[in-house]
Amino acid sequence: MSEKTTTNTSFLNDAGNRAMLFQAVLLIAVVAVGYYLFHNLQANLENQGISTGFAFLNEPAGFPILIHLIEYTEANTYGRAFVVALINTTLISLMGIILATIIGVIMGLARLSNNWLVARLATVYIETLRNIPLLLQMFFWYFAVLATLPHPRDSLIFGNFFLNKRGIYSPEPIAQDGFGIVIFGFLACVMAAIALIVWAKKRQKQTGVWFPAYWTSLAIIIVGTVVFYFLAGSPVEFDAPTKSRFNVTGGMVLVPEFVAVLVALSTYTGAFIAEIVRAGILSVNWGQTEASRSLGLPDGLTQRLIVLPQALRVIIPPLTSQYLNLAKNSSLGAAIAYPELVAVVMGTTLNQTGQAIETIGLCMLVYGSLSLSISVFMNWYNKKMSLIER
Amino acid sequence: MAIEFKPSPSLPPPSNAVGPVAWVRKNFFSSPLNIFLTFFSFYILYLLIPPALEWAIFNATWEGTSKAACTAGGACWAFIRVRFDQFMYGLYPATEYWRVNVAAILLVVLVGMFAIKAINKLLLSIAIIVVYPIIAYFLFAGGILGLEVVETSLWGGLFLTMLLGIIGIVASFPLGIILALGRQSKMPVAKSVCVIFIETIRAVPLITILFMASVMIPLFLPDGMNFNKLLRVLIGITLFSAAYMAEVIRGGLQAIPKGQYEAADAMGLTYWQSMILVILPQALKLVIPGIVNTFIGLFKDTTLVYIVGMFDFLGIIQMANHDANWLGTTTEGYAFAGFVYWAICFGMSRYSMAVERKLDTGHKRN
Repeated sequence: MSEKTTTNTSFLNDAGNRAMLFQAVLLIAVVAVGYYLFHNLQANLENQGISTGFAFLNEPAGFPILIHLIEYTEANTYGRAFVVALINTTLISLMGIILATIIGVIMGLARLSNNWLVARLATVYIETLRNIPLLLQMFFWYFAVLATLPHPRDSLIFGNFFLNKRGIYSPEPIAQDGFGIVIFGFLACVMAAIALIVWAKKRQKQTGVWFPAYWTSLAIIIVGTVVFYFLAGSPVEFDAPTKSRFNVTGGMVLVPEFVAVLVALSTYTGAFIAEIVRAGILSVNWGQTEASRSLGLPDGLTQRLIVLPQALRVIIPPLTSQYLNLAKNSSLGAAIAYPELVAVVMGTTLNQTGQAIETIGLCMLVYGSLSLSISVFMNWYNKKMSLIER
Repeated sequence: MAIEFKPSPSLPPPSNAVGPVAWVRKNFFSSPLNIFLTFFSFYILYLLIPPALEWAIFNATWEGTSKAACTAGGACWAFIRVRFDQFMYGLYPATEYWRVNVAAILLVVLVGMFAIKAINKLLLSIAIIVVYPIIAYFLFAGGILGLEVVETSLWGGLFLTMLLGIIGIVASFPLGIILALGRQSKMPVAKSVCVIFIETIRAVPLITILFMASVMIPLFLPDGMNFNKLLRVLIGITLFSAAYMAEVIRGGLQAIPKGQYEAADAMGLTYWQSMILVILPQALKLVIPGIVNTFIGLFKDTTLVYIVGMFDFLGIIQMANHDANWLGTTTEGYAFAGFVYWAICFGMSRYSMAVERKLDTGHKRN
């Protein structure tokens, strides 16, 4: 130690000192730039007479929102509009994730199919959608496909369903008295199913006797709920849409904005997921399949018990980032007026109030936490699935 | 005298085990499910291909000056023909198109010169990265040597898309390397600055960054100082893809065995020497697919500038779709845009595969 201090190196030639110096300079630079920007911001806001803070959230918004799952009118506040937009973003993200996963798994498996034609078709699908910008695909679905549907007065009619340029109209289920019993019955069936699975697993571990628990529990849930439904006296009525001369009224409607965003997001992300699924399955050594076959497992069980659990370990991390991408890409819905977060908060609210810092900050915060929660969940799942080593 | 044992020549395999018949049997009809899938696929092809061909080729109209000329019932490619210049150059004045063309040809020639062995590659790189952008800027914007000034708000079409894409790619790559090195650094301040930057950018969608660039940056600058919207958007795109690039490169850095770092240190190389001469060449080679994927993503993401009011390739097509003379030609416009984007992105991904094969010096454990 003492030897080091006596060596004749200059202060600046010591690696540790240099690192300290560099970091000090970096820190000062970051703080200085930050302070400078903040200072400018304050001066600019003062000059332009923009008040800061989130007080504007309590003011009436005065604009309609096309899709609102909770009660919303023009008289509601900006805060309420923000919540509505947040729900819309979450809705499209969740539905997109589910649909994209289904499409991705099917296409990924199809690309690995023994059938030459199926594999080629899947390849064409994947390579086409992956290499075309998502925004273009959204425009295509919205302006070129859905906008060319017939006018409401010439709606396409499928029984109680109507299809026209304003959307897909379907009967709306309306809960009547006694619907609580059905919900209770459904929950009871789910509990029974879980109990059955736990029991079956335990018994299989102890005795080795196998029981088709998953299929049985599925049957219990479906049959049980239907039984409760009729016991409660069919407490759901359907409000079918009706077509007048020029318009379709009543029922539920899926507006084209929603459909376009959902279709574009899920087919686009599905193409990426397909590649991930394919890579994951290919990463499992062929020897595993052969070993499982020589143990006498049928093909289905080989896939489910041997290949899939090992493939999932490779699939999950990139799959997580695709889910995150999908959630972030849902913001492109703003371009075709799907009322999600960016459109409502950074579009209309920003234009009307001029609160640039607050609205953009709010959006970034929401996307940040949405990303964070998806990645926390997927990390938990990844840990659960990962190989437990010694 | 011993009788030599001579096996008779083996029989050829049965005709249903080799050749096209076997191939068809194995690929199309090996099991009931497979048979079903085969017929299902043929049915899908039958549904898609004949109408698509009829629309795009047999019933298409190639000439005309308005939608009224398109009476054949198929695609109206006349729309693309009439609007082609605008799709390429946006609102750039038609008399000045040659400036964009000259810059493009110059770039192609300069990059092509890498193929000539006798040329000093370092000098050529400097020419492309330092000298070329200055020439190109003055060609595009004008204002010297009697060139007419062209506002950046008039730049558009595929020209703007390529401009955003190329500058974004060229600028985000070194920035990504620096961020990745910073994130791997042992210096806590440098590391946390990089981590915070990367994670913040990656957590939000590009659209918020672009809004920030177009709405918020002016608020952060002193009074009177303001710069071009195109430049602000470019900075936004570059920072965004640099954060993704940094994560890809970090993957490569982590894949390099510790022995390489130690060996470089033992040779007495400084930090930058060991990074530039030893670590990065290996790390970058490992992550070529990831880097190119980021490039492709960036190129596709340039379409988002339409949302903040710039008319890139997709934006100009979207604008043309509202032309009263050409109502109802949206599908043609999107098909054309889709084809161009697809060709560029697909080309990039194939090129990256070729580069990967060329640089593969067998370090991968197979």
